[in-house]
Amino acid sequence: MFKHEWIETNIGLLAVLTMLAISIGGLVEIAPLFFLKDTVEKVDGVRPYTPLELRGRDIYQREGCYLCHSQMIRPFRDEALRYGHYSLAAESQYDHPFQWGSKRTGPDLARVGQKYSNEWMTQHLVSPRSVVPQSVMPNFPWLLTTPLDYSDIEERMRALRQTGVPYSLNQTEYNANVKKFGADTAKLLDISHARQNLIAQAEQGNYDGDRSNISEMDALVAYLQVLGTMVDFRKYDDDAFVKYR
Amino acid sequence: MSVNNKQPHVPQTTGHVWDGDLQEYNNPLPNWWLIAFYMTVVFAIVYWFMYPAWPIGRTHTKGLMMITYTNNQGVTKTVHWNTRALLMEETNEAVAAQKPYYDKIASTPFENIAKDPELNSFVLSAGKALFSDNCAPCHQQGGAGKMGLAPNLTDDDWLWGGHYKEIQQTITNGRHGYMPPFGSVLSDTQMTQLADYILSFEKIPVDPASAQAGNALFHSETAACYYCHGADAKGRVAHGSANLTDGIWLWANVPGGKTVADKESAIKKVITGGLNKGVMPNWGERLSAEQIKLLTVYEHDLGGGQ
Repeated sequence: MFKHEWIETNIGLLAVLTMLAISIGGLVEIAPLFFLKDTVEKVDGVRPYTPLELRGRDIYQREGCYLCHSQMIRPFRDEALRYGHYSLAAESQYDHPFQWGSKRTGPDLARVGQKYSNEWMTQHLVSPRSVVPQSVMPNFPWLLTTPLDYSDIEERMRALRQTGVPYSLNQTEYNANVKKFGADTAKLLDISHARQNLIAQAEQGNYDGDRSNISEMDALVAYLQVLGTMVDFRKYDDDAFVKYR
Repeated sequence: MSVNNKQPHVPQTTGHVWDGDLQEYNNPLPNWWLIAFYMTVVFAIVYWFMYPAWPIGRTHTKGLMMITYTNNQGVTKTVHWNTRALLMEETNEAVAAQKPYYDKIASTPFENIAKDPELNSFVLSAGKALFSDNCAPCHQQGGAGKMGLAPNLTDDDWLWGGHYKEIQQTITNGRHGYMPPFGSVLSDTQMTQLADYILSFEKIPVDPASAQAGNALFHSETAACYYCHGADAKGRVAHGSANLTDGIWLWANVPGGKTVADKESAIKKVITGGLNKGVMPNWGERLSAEQIKLLTVYEHDLGGGQ
């Protein structure tokens, strides 16, 4: 007959059974998400970040923006009114790590892209209270004066490729991207042209209003301006994503 | 009583004994706690039946609770309970409650909206929320604008026009201000003359001869300022060019200049480098046509609407 004493007097068995017990929560709640076929919505337009946006995202993480800003609009009416359409899992499929978050000292940024002009973004990052008097956001003036380091952009893209982001290293992968994202986007995802793509986007976009150099501000604003803009929700019925729940 | 307290207390034990004399106490939980705990277990089981709960292979149990909603195609659907369908239901309720107002706004001419007291109070409350979220970051709370970033919406000066239709157009499609740089075209003296000419409209004591020369230059083909700003320097709505005669400034910080020289150099800075900013995003994709019409009326009535 089973005796409690067996477990309590056998440290190895106790360890194994303890581990089993505490892993149930994770197994039940997390593991099935990898297998449920309706977890990630089928939606057009979501692509990996361009090299410049990717560096912007790195700066976003370096400066700890995620400590105050979430990037996930919950499916509640108040959130829809303020931020727009609720976030889809598909929209962060190339985010490693994702920036969802639940701490909102500042507003959610999942759809901040194209909501304000580049000028506003730049001024607001340099001196938030000059445009939003009640803001408690810190100033980030060095972004404007620090040249962007993109010497290791290829390595960064290669690292993300390892996690499954479709940046292309060879012709086969490139062709697959052309098929999946179209030729224009596929060019931007080509690791061998990362550097020239980054420079071209920064010079053309001139995100920080200063053409003399490519600053960290250029990258961060490029990243912020693309957030939540990849999916054109006007193409879908307003209940198109209900079936994925 | 003191006698009772000294009697040895015999604790309940689990019956486990280690090393001959080491016993484990058993302190049973109070009944109220146990009952509450079992009730949560029962609640969980009921919940599993009512709501989406357990993963099964590549799908999951959907639960017995249902939600019925109507989508924007007018199709009514009944689906198992989930937060996205719940949002549809709640949004539809709110939209239905606001629909009479938005319908009335859509069908009422601009001029008459503010005259209807009920509609006006709807515009004021809904407009305030929309303005605070979307417009205030640049144009500031109350619409007073920001020097060097976004124009004042409460005064009589309009870059892109202050009539209802023009404001509606601006909100829907956005704007982008542009002035070519003249740094390589004009000499420093010429730019000072132009600055003096402009400052003379404000009765700022400048050298009259210089202002006179600036006047000639303004209307000449060399600088060709008149082409965009108009022969009377009052700006052209079609170009979004500024009225230079009314003492209202957005890009050149003239009011901030303490001396005449400061004011001159503020204007010269803009003439030298030109402008490629004043970007207003387009809201046609973010807001509905009715919301934009409502904002147009709200914004028009902040003051200065034409």
